[in-house]
Amino acid sequence: MIYPLFAGIQYSFYRWNGVGPSEWVGLANYIRVFTDETLLGSIRNAFVLIAFFTIIPVAAGLVLATLIRSMRPGPFSSLSQTILFLPQIIPLAAAGIAWSWMYAQTGAINQLLNAIGLGFLARPWLGDFQTALPAVGLIGSWVLTGLCTVLFLTGIGKIDQSLYEAVRLDGASWWREFVTITIPGLRQEIAVLVTITIIAALSSFDLIYTTTLGGPGRATLVPGISIFRIGFTQSNVGLASAFGIVLMALVLACVLPIQRLARASDK
Amino acid sequence: MIVNKAEVIIGRVVLVVVLVLTLIPLVNMLSAALQPADTNPTGLTFPTDPQWINFVTAFETGNVWRLMGSSLFIVIFVVPISLLLATLAGYALGNLRMRGGRFVFLFLILGLTIPFEALIIPLYYQMQGLGVLNTQWAVILPLIGLYMPFSVVWMRAHFIGVPPELSEAARVDGATTLQEFRRIQLPLARPALSALAILLFLWTWNQFLLPVVLISDPLDRTVAGALTFFQGQYSSSIPLLNAGALIIIVPTIVVFVIFQRQFIRALLQGAVKG
Repeated sequence: MIYPLFAGIQYSFYRWNGVGPSEWVGLANYIRVFTDETLLGSIRNAFVLIAFFTIIPVAAGLVLATLIRSMRPGPFSSLSQTILFLPQIIPLAAAGIAWSWMYAQTGAINQLLNAIGLGFLARPWLGDFQTALPAVGLIGSWVLTGLCTVLFLTGIGKIDQSLYEAVRLDGASWWREFVTITIPGLRQEIAVLVTITIIAALSSFDLIYTTTLGGPGRATLVPGISIFRIGFTQSNVGLASAFGIVLMALVLACVLPIQRLARASDK
Repeated sequence: MIVNKAEVIIGRVVLVVVLVLTLIPLVNMLSAALQPADTNPTGLTFPTDPQWINFVTAFETGNVWRLMGSSLFIVIFVVPISLLLATLAGYALGNLRMRGGRFVFLFLILGLTIPFEALIIPLYYQMQGLGVLNTQWAVILPLIGLYMPFSVVWMRAHFIGVPPELSEAARVDGATTLQEFRRIQLPLARPALSALAILLFLWTWNQFLLPVVLISDPLDRTVAGALTFFQGQYSSSIPLLNAGALIIIVPTIVVFVIFQRQFIRALLQGAVKG
């Protein structure tokens, strides 16, 4: 665990193709990470994915958890939890295969569009420069929504029920109840889920590898795939290592402020 | 919580729609997998004459026995060794409170956030240096290491929750540290250990990046890692590709349904601690 980290830092200062002699290049690899359009593009794509991996699942999870909570506990509510959780436990690579088929030219999504008279919108979703990245992002939403819902459900269970009774006596609407009690009560869970899902978005590899491999062009290129390509296809070990270190720094830069915010609001 | 009737109905409808959306991709895989193998199916159409034989074909041409064997081999080493190391380290950090423990703990927390992708390049050359590249050991060894931050933090959290009076009572009765660990702490740790075992099993089974990078022969990978091989193998037959992918998904769903309760609890605790 520690050794690869330091080895990675060491490699990142060299130019090395993996077999021949290596050459000390100082910070050149890092400069390239921050100037190379392709690499910057993959970082930008990763941040777009955060919208789909983090914002949609957390928002949907909050709403779904409130809905399930409002029902009487019974077979339907536990069955919905099981179903929502399924995407979380199958291999991401398999989810990628399932969705490439949904998105295919002859797949279910185009079939549905044709059926409701929107056939002109039909396209190979993963092959289109405009739609490939959002399409991949939505797979992430599909995978992570269940995790968010189930975690929020347990969180809601811990909120003091008398708070809900109090606002209801005041005649508060469903929405007011949601904003004034549920969301503040779930601060901790929201912080945790935002952290987990951001890490998932920034380090997405399995999904992209089995759906688009970064294409078309570089439309869905993300850091994980870039590192793989640069390091193993183009044999530029130093640059790939430097990119790995930058990726790690990015994750920390996103995650630490969230943790700090969560702690601060607890006090 | 929801007071009026219209809201109840809207809520139910939204929930049902989401559930259907969750299931469609999986159902869609099944419907495609049951089409005749040499046809190009369109969308979500249920076959008139379901071709269950596709699963048999995919099972055989995909060498699924060998893949499952390879996955099991990896799991059999990764899970027990991780459990053993994590228990010992977690006990040291959580119960014995040795010096420097705080520093080690912070380091592990940091390790929790590191994406595997960031370490994959050095790991490749480390495995090459050890001479195990392209064998299952190239996945087993790094996985044990990469799981350590999570597993140790997990076991530490358990040992911290054990009341110190129990250890003190054992000490008063003259137990050594080792005896106390085996007779008192281990039996108490069983639920935490089994939850961790389920998690590690699933993560190993589904592990994709490491096998793809570190093992060049797809047949020596984990089943999830072999999915890329299926994609190449069945690129001409969507029904067989889907049948193959479903064969790989089914064990994870079976494990999930059997252990569902412990499982969700485990993931949630893991999430909160992580």
